[in-house]
Amino acid sequence: MRTWSAALTVLLCILWALGVPTPMRAQQQAGGARSARDAAPIDLTGYWVSYVTENWRYRMVTPAKGEYRRIPASPAALPIINSWDPAADERAGNQCKSYGAGGIMSVPGRLHITWQDADTLRIETDAGTQTRLFHFPRGDSAAATSAGPRSWQGESTATWEPATGGDGGGGGGSLRVVTTNLRAGYLRKNGVPYSERATVTEHFDVAPLPDGGKLLLVTTTVEDPMYLTGPYIVSPHFKQEPDGSKWDPTPCSSTW
Amino acid sequence: MGSNAMLIHLVARRAAVAFLLAVLAAGKASAQFEFVGSWAPLGTEDVQNDSVPVDYLGLALTEEGRTRALSYDESQKSMIERQCFGWGAAYMVLGPFGLRVTSQTDPVTNRVVSFTIGAWEDWNGMIIWMDGRPRPSEHALHTQAGFTVGRWEGGALAARTTHVKAGFIRKTGVPLTDQAIIDWRFFRHGDILTVLMVVTDPVYLAEPEIVSKSFRLSRTPLDYRTECVPTYEGREPGSSVPHYAPDQNPFAEEFVNLYHLPREAVLGYRETLYPEYRKKIRDTYVPPPPCTESCGAAGNFVLRRQ
Repeated sequence: MRTWSAALTVLLCILWALGVPTPMRAQQQAGGARSARDAAPIDLTGYWVSYVTENWRYRMVTPAKGEYRRIPASPAALPIINSWDPAADERAGNQCKSYGAGGIMSVPGRLHITWQDADTLRIETDAGTQTRLFHFPRGDSAAATSAGPRSWQGESTATWEPATGGDGGGGGGSLRVVTTNLRAGYLRKNGVPYSERATVTEHFDVAPLPDGGKLLLVTTTVEDPMYLTGPYIVSPHFKQEPDGSKWDPTPCSSTW
Repeated sequence: MGSNAMLIHLVARRAAVAFLLAVLAAGKASAQFEFVGSWAPLGTEDVQNDSVPVDYLGLALTEEGRTRALSYDESQKSMIERQCFGWGAAYMVLGPFGLRVTSQTDPVTNRVVSFTIGAWEDWNGMIIWMDGRPRPSEHALHTQAGFTVGRWEGGALAARTTHVKAGFIRKTGVPLTDQAIIDWRFFRHGDILTVLMVVTDPVYLAEPEIVSKSFRLSRTPLDYRTECVPTYEGREPGSSVPHYAPDQNPFAEEFVNLYHLPREAVLGYRETLYPEYRKKIRDTYVPPPPCTESCGAAGNFVLRRQ
């Protein structure tokens, strides 16, 4: 009897390892799984500040009109680049064009990352006072998500990519976010455009710093069939701060 | 216990052991990624900062570091005895080339002993030891490549380089001491490899230099020339080392004037790395005139205007 029991246990373990649905797994897949917050393999919450050690000339000051170096701009983008008119953007209420999801993480400023609910990660930026919501689909909620009107921050779908292939537990990993349904915006302050057909794919990783601090690295890929000839990939990074004492919200500006 | 029962018992035990080993192996494998291959540069990030002689943007230099950097004359590299020095470990991400990664395995255990990132003409390559070997004595030989030990951590390859030779972290002559430490993280997301470099130097850097740069998996092997052949470039062997008095570097204002950049930013002052600085210069910054030439080249060219 003991022998048969042992064999059965082994068989169940093998089926589990192979991914064969078990009653428990089926229940998890139907929506009963842990929340995204509980399954987080890394902790992104807190305050983070841009540490501008690269692309300085394109981020800390407004580059010259017409310059789009290192961006694979398509021929269709050139007229827009060369006719950039920040005053016209301001008049049209488009002063937030360089604060959209395609460029916001490269804008020097601070991030405040919190959990809005168990399956929605919220990122606020003090530069431009933008809010991004990363939705983690769970069960039927994935199918229920419907696209609303286009916005600067679009619709973001998030998934954890745990390092160990498990479902969290602090073993490390990455956050993958795909954003679509965007309003057309700028990759840089000086009017290098992305269209509303752009897709922004981001990976959020954390790394320890030698002084005991923590670094957030956001590898960002912008793909746009209209204004880019290939993926535009940058990886801005942020240092973690102990609190929000330096949080300084500033409105969008089309010139600065 | 009958013979059938014994057989089942034996099979069950062996299956359990096999299962355990398989789970352990799978867990270990999924925490790692395939690092070996050719990783092509993308050119979409501005990390070289070597288009003009004095460009310390994005650095937090100490006064000593800034003074040493301003004393550097690029024609040092024309000295025949210096042409093939190559650049230090940091040039892996600061240089314009891709990464060619190979691995060396133990023939008995088949475990990875080391990864090698292949050299190119002016960079000596890097070996990342993965076998847990101890670091050499602090008095051991320091080299351009340094000594690097790596491990898998949280789905990334983490490595630390010590024992670097005193040299430079930028081709513009920004110096680095032999006490510098470089921490690396290699993240792979699909076909994109992002390399995070954190350089600390107790002498020349007021804060770490942090650079992240992405590469794309190449379907064809990268092939770089690695040999360096010194040639006569106008400097006689043994002649004096070209340099400037730090306060008389003729290029100190070039980048400032070219792009209307704040002088303290070009010279690598710490405060220029944070958002507060952007607010500070908002009312004094005058944008440069519109770009009319070489405005979108992928390379590292200097803006020219009519």
